[in-house]
Amino acid sequence: MRRLLLLVALIAAQPLFADSNLPPAYWANRQLPDPREEAQAQALMEQLRCLVCQGQSIADSDAELAGDMRDLVRRRIAAGDKPAAIRAWLIQRYGTWISYKPTAEPAAWPLWLAPLALLLVGAWMARRRIRVGRS
Amino acid sequence: MSRAIRFAPLALLVLILAVLVWRLATPADTNVHSALEGKPLPAFNLPAIIPGKPALSSAELATGQPHLVNVFASWCVPCVTEVKVLQTLKDRGVHIEGIAVRDRPDDLADFLARNGDPYERIGSDPQSDVQISLGSSGVPESFVVDGKGVIRYQQIGPIDASDVPMILSKLEQAR
Repeated sequence: MRRLLLLVALIAAQPLFADSNLPPAYWANRQLPDPREEAQAQALMEQLRCLVCQGQSIADSDAELAGDMRDLVRRRIAAGDKPAAIRAWLIQRYGTWISYKPTAEPAAWPLWLAPLALLLVGAWMARRRIRVGRS
Repeated sequence: MSRAIRFAPLALLVLILAVLVWRLATPADTNVHSALEGKPLPAFNLPAIIPGKPALSSAELATGQPHLVNVFASWCVPCVTEVKVLQTLKDRGVHIEGIAVRDRPDDLADFLARNGDPYERIGSDPQSDVQISLGSSGVPESFVVDGKGVIRYQQIGPIDASDVPMILSKLEQAR
């Protein structure tokens, strides 16, 4: 009986949403009428990181804040802003963290140099092999 | 092949494991800090949401006195306990201004009636616009703003009773 009650309680349980009671912002889940502008907005949204579900882009995230950021991106694109300007505006607020696009700042140098270093190591190892093969 | 090189993969494995264990033991800070600390508050002009409670604009935060700007919401659970700590700060003479994110007038009035109202002004931010322009990533968050309207400190998450001396000293430094 106790188990049954527990089961019923589990089935009847409702998830607690830490969300507001307001509907999503107008452009959060709505495409811009101009396909060229929508494509620009979509490309940018896929490169902006969600502040709530870190690791997802705002294009993928269901978080309310991500919806509000999609609304902001679409509104600004529709108003004629360049995607680079919107990205720069957000970086000014949240740091480079907010953008998935790698930058050229010193912290990102290992990212750019790693393939080159690995290639050099590979070439060095291959050269040794080739020499051994010849002798 | 020399002996040292033969053990290189093992050494690499040990190194990688050590890094993994270290990061598990001391997890990275996943809070996103606002890049606006030390910079002027972005200009904004938010409408009022509660009858009789003045609206909030950035101009009112550069009048010579330090302010504590609290980004909150009636639907935010930690805000319920935080608002009581804000009351303590208000009793110590702190000017507290509120930015209500994605809120409805009835819900907010109910929240304030139930938990207390330490706010001098409350601006309504229904689409998180001002929250995003402040570099804030959730509720509750608080900003210490000095008399010239420059952001001096960002508190991520609720202000606990144990944070009161720290917040007071930040406000004192912003004087």
